[in-house]
Amino acid sequence: MESKYSNALFTPGHRACPGCGASLAVRTILQATGPNVIVVTATGCVETFTSPYPYSSWGVPWLHPLFENAGAVASGVELALKTMGLSDQVKVVIIGGDGGTLDIGMGSLSGMFERGHDVLYICYDNEAYMNTGVQRSSATPVGAATMTSPAGRNAWGKDKPKKNLAAIALAHDIPYVATASIGFPKDLMRKVRKAMEIRGPKYLDVHSPCPIGWGFDSSRTIEVAKLAIQTGLVPLYETGWGQPLKSRRIGKPKPVDEYLRLQSRFRHLFDREEDEHIAAIQAIANQNIARYGL
Amino acid sequence: MENFIMRNAPNSSLATAGKLAAGVTSVMEGSMAITQAVKACRPAVISAYPITPQTHIVEFLAQLVADGELKAEYVRVDSEFSAASVIGGASATGVRAYTASSSQGLMLMTEVIYYLAGTRLPVVITGANRGVSAPISLQPEHHDSQSLRDSGIIQIYVESAQDAYDAHIQAFKIAEDHRVLLPVIVCVDGYILTHVFEPVTIFDQAAIDAFLPAYNPIHYLTPENPMTFGPIADETNALEFHYMLQEAMQNAKSVIESVAEEYKNTFGHYHGGLIDCYRTDDAEIILVAMGSTVSTLREAVDQLRLEGTNVGLVKVRCFRPFPGDELSLAVKGASAVAVLDRALSMGSQGILASEVKAALYDTPQHPLVLGELAGYGGREVTLDTTRYIVDRARQAIDRGVVTPVVDFVGLKPEILDTTRLGNGI
Repeated sequence: MESKYSNALFTPGHRACPGCGASLAVRTILQATGPNVIVVTATGCVETFTSPYPYSSWGVPWLHPLFENAGAVASGVELALKTMGLSDQVKVVIIGGDGGTLDIGMGSLSGMFERGHDVLYICYDNEAYMNTGVQRSSATPVGAATMTSPAGRNAWGKDKPKKNLAAIALAHDIPYVATASIGFPKDLMRKVRKAMEIRGPKYLDVHSPCPIGWGFDSSRTIEVAKLAIQTGLVPLYETGWGQPLKSRRIGKPKPVDEYLRLQSRFRHLFDREEDEHIAAIQAIANQNIARYGL
Repeated sequence: MENFIMRNAPNSSLATAGKLAAGVTSVMEGSMAITQAVKACRPAVISAYPITPQTHIVEFLAQLVADGELKAEYVRVDSEFSAASVIGGASATGVRAYTASSSQGLMLMTEVIYYLAGTRLPVVITGANRGVSAPISLQPEHHDSQSLRDSGIIQIYVESAQDAYDAHIQAFKIAEDHRVLLPVIVCVDGYILTHVFEPVTIFDQAAIDAFLPAYNPIHYLTPENPMTFGPIADETNALEFHYMLQEAMQNAKSVIESVAEEYKNTFGHYHGGLIDCYRTDDAEIILVAMGSTVSTLREAVDQLRLEGTNVGLVKVRCFRPFPGDELSLAVKGASAVAVLDRALSMGSQGILASEVKAALYDTPQHPLVLGELAGYGGREVTLDTTRYIVDRARQAIDRGVVTPVVDFVGLKPEILDTTRLGNGI
């Protein structure tokens, strides 16, 4: 995609795996934000592959604190800018993975929402702890096998549904909550730009497939990303406090089989012909389609 | 808040000496003294999460902000973890930042404090020292701050409300010195100092502004010059990062000494630099302590000297960086050193005692070192406690050996039954 910033804000040569969805997410996000931002990144894949000292892929001021405190650190950055009278010129953006956002960082994130800081929190959601080698997070979808939620004689992968952090974010009555996908980059950029225009805390979840962790060929990242949306398993929408929910219509939904079959994390469902589990996942897609009007 | 300052009881301040900065002396709570110091240092961002016995400090600061007397962003955060994180973010953006905590709160901050030091963020934290659960205790011990000893945070322990006031003003100057750029924790014994009412001299804002100019960061987050903070260092660079941290700690030693000297010359107050020696020159037995115990021991030393005992005192004012050379020099003429500890490294010995022993090991002839657990859980350190410790030191000198290595001073006798190992493990 064309960008007036070329590669200046997020340079190539970083150490992401081939076909990495998260790196596409970061590149697209920075094309939308432009250079007048300070980015805080929680520990995770993005932090690891962009900052091996003495190298850095960041053309914007960037701070990596810890795994669980990006929300609080960004709060401090935002307040410092406020005391210097720079709140209008420089915006604060957090980029964190699902583990750092939905699990260990949720306390500091909730605090940031509650206090009303002018910060955009973007979660690149690859649905597990990929940086540590594919372990289950609360964003891992039901039925997916990970290294800590393996399929086995008594297990069919993760047996709990994905945590709905966008709904939790919305419960803080913040002005903007949205979901996006790297499979729809124009939609992603529009949502980032829109969020940047709104003062106060914003939350954006960006579904970002991971070829290594999900088990698909690295040439098919965008295809997998699109299928997650087209099946209804991942709803794309935007809303905010006091606003109606606007969702992205998917037309005739594709069956979840098409999405699941591409990924080895769901292979056990097909190998063992566990139709009831696939049906349960289809039911989640159907519920999403009804609930969000997809 | 007025209840915590008795403005009707001023007396003459040291300002009358002439060249020194003007000040007003009144009786106030220790927490109020700290609050007044923090206010005078003009932090841009203050984060606060309440924990006993730190609460009065953050309450007073909140009131100052609410009354418009302190222009700062005051953030009521969701945890101590966030309290430390917020000031880290603010400091990385180039402004002065402050928080305060105690006990479990400092433990919860621990991961962040390693980060603050490693990222070279010169924030100041007040540590209102308190024991760590379990058993839960509200009274002072040093486990909370001493557990941070390996993190890279500079630790200053104070002995009085005035020392607390003066140390906070010095702390920002030390932290922000470009040869240092490390966080500083000013450790104040909970209740004994945070809630005590003492005469405290508060100095003129203009004099403090001259002593402590606005923070001048070298590196900070700005789109005008984008920098990367917090990269990964592996086997090719981790050692070098830690060398630089250690170098900053070494630099801090001379900075702490010179800042204390400059403060003395400006305001007339001196509570020690890295250490402070009291009647040690001819002392046969030297007591070593940190925090509020020091002010108690000054009185005890005077009394014991009147009774004919040749005793002196070394205050360890700075625990990190540890003043090993200075301490060795200060005690080299003594026959025995008795270290009073408010914290025990379980399975080893008193934390300060083990540091003192490590420092003395490299000197050719060194005194015997006694480890005395005194003041634990806020238990009173009295003149009788001091007499007991000095008697033990005398016995050690006579026998040429220290036993037991760890002495639980004043341990209840009923705890010593045949099923337990007993005193002096």
